[in-house]
Amino acid sequence: MLSRRAKDNLAGLVFVGPQLIGMLAFVIGPMLYAIGLSLYRWDLLSPPMFVGLGNYAEMVQNETFWKVMRNTSYYTVGYMLLNILTALGAALALNRIRGKVFFRTLFFMPVVTSAIAVSLIWLWMLNPQFGVVNTFLRGLGIAEPPRWFASTAWAMPGVILMSAWWNLGYNMVILLAGLQSIPESLYEAAMLDGASHTQRFTNVTLPMLTPTLFFVVVVTFIGSFQVFDQIFIMTNGGPADATRVMVMYIYSLGFQRFDMGLAAAVAMVLFVILLAMTLVQFRLQRRWVFYG
Amino acid sequence: MASALPEPGVAARARRPIMWSRLATTTLLYAVVGLSAFLMVFPFLWLLSTSLKSDGEALMIPPVWIPNPILWENYQRAWEALPFGRAYLNSIYIAILVTLVQLLTCAMAAYGFARIRFWGRDVIFVLFLATLMVPFQVTLVPSFILFKQIAWVNTHLPLLVPPMLTNAFGVFLLRQFIMTLPLELEEAAVMDGANRAHLFGLITLPLIGPGLAALGIFTFLGTWNAFLAPLIFLNSSELFTVPILLNSFRGLYNTAWPLVMAASAISVIPVLVVYVTLQQYFIQGIALTGLKG
Repeated sequence: MLSRRAKDNLAGLVFVGPQLIGMLAFVIGPMLYAIGLSLYRWDLLSPPMFVGLGNYAEMVQNETFWKVMRNTSYYTVGYMLLNILTALGAALALNRIRGKVFFRTLFFMPVVTSAIAVSLIWLWMLNPQFGVVNTFLRGLGIAEPPRWFASTAWAMPGVILMSAWWNLGYNMVILLAGLQSIPESLYEAAMLDGASHTQRFTNVTLPMLTPTLFFVVVVTFIGSFQVFDQIFIMTNGGPADATRVMVMYIYSLGFQRFDMGLAAAVAMVLFVILLAMTLVQFRLQRRWVFYG
Repeated sequence: MASALPEPGVAARARRPIMWSRLATTTLLYAVVGLSAFLMVFPFLWLLSTSLKSDGEALMIPPVWIPNPILWENYQRAWEALPFGRAYLNSIYIAILVTLVQLLTCAMAAYGFARIRFWGRDVIFVLFLATLMVPFQVTLVPSFILFKQIAWVNTHLPLLVPPMLTNAFGVFLLRQFIMTLPLELEEAAVMDGANRAHLFGLITLPLIGPGLAALGIFTFLGTWNAFLAPLIFLNSSELFTVPILLNSFRGLYNTAWPLVMAASAISVIPVLVVYVTLQQYFIQGIALTGLKG
């Protein structure tokens, strides 16, 4: 007969077991493997060679690595600004009108659509010669509209535009839920005190929305640094590396150049950035997020 | 259920100019929202329009909005050009299997963390928390090497087994749900002789339905739309899921835009039909998981 404690230990193991095994085998294991791998030179064919921090040294001396870092930052800043501001605007507008469910359904539609399908649509819409966007721009009197994915200057703005459209609905729904959870009584109290429309926005809406906004900023940031699918499909990192971002770089090092060690080293940098930003943002959260 | 901002008490007594400006603001608001909604939907309309054109008509400037004639056969040509039927079956069985098994393992782990006092529980829980910070992109290369060594590459196993057994976020979400359930229910059941399996399967699972639904919808959608993992792990076209098949379609017909758009539409339309039918669950799910996450 097992003691109660032994029974509980056994039950715990049975219930948590499958996910625990999965976590060890498919997250922690590969993570530790990646750390080790980043210290070796290995092309999967010849035996791996220990190079210490050689991969990291090679990485920081590599021009492409810094270009990739700049590209990823460019994407992140552009995408976050465009996506969060439009999502906030849409949430504020939808919160004030009738037919909210109808409009919300439309705005959210791109979110459920696969990366490949939306990328193909945008590839066609942004076609420099025959795309509907450039036809429209020419109609507005712009004789030489951007060549989008064929131009080093316009490829990234094109990617940002498409990505912001694709995910606008996600952040909008979260912000809308945040707006709707603000108690009416706060607005009533503010009005009794004679607060104007603008004052109600800056003194009630904005502070009450900060926890939600904060969540949106963190999640969107982390998502931006992991961007891959739509860039792989629309530009494959080009032209001339103009849209090569971190995960694209890891992919091409690992699966095209078979430089597994260097790929793992860049993946470690990605991990450290995500970790650091999460921690920094959670520290800042205490300072500027208002919990009602 | 339009819960607009409360109208100021002074509105009723407002003078005419104020009412006119309010009307103007409201009209403007609807106009802006309407235009934005059109822009949001436009890519889908353009997809549909292009998919029904001839190659020549698609390239016409100024663009033709409504194709003439309407070439429905584009859909048949796209469907027959590559094994779409096979890809659909692959996508459906993978998404259903992953969703069901993942819901079960997540709910089990959530129950274990919420209700059972076992050795090392808190440490293991923190470990789960930590894995939330390790995205798939970081472990891409080592995962590929591991799966290559155990001969899982070019099979469905890497798309099935890891997601079935790993979703730390799902464990947290469901744990939160279980924590809010009153303990008395389980205590009463124990009096009646219920064991752990009864408590989990007959009492807890039915009560966390909304959490399971939210998690299930997003697991299904994420699996259905997944691109990077099937791209890396699958080589043979008979194993392809819909997104990867569509990717190779693009490579074959890269300038025949109507055909490419018809193929895209074939992949998009079922998802959009399901979404529009179940839209409130999608939205509730996001609000729920997003805000509790």
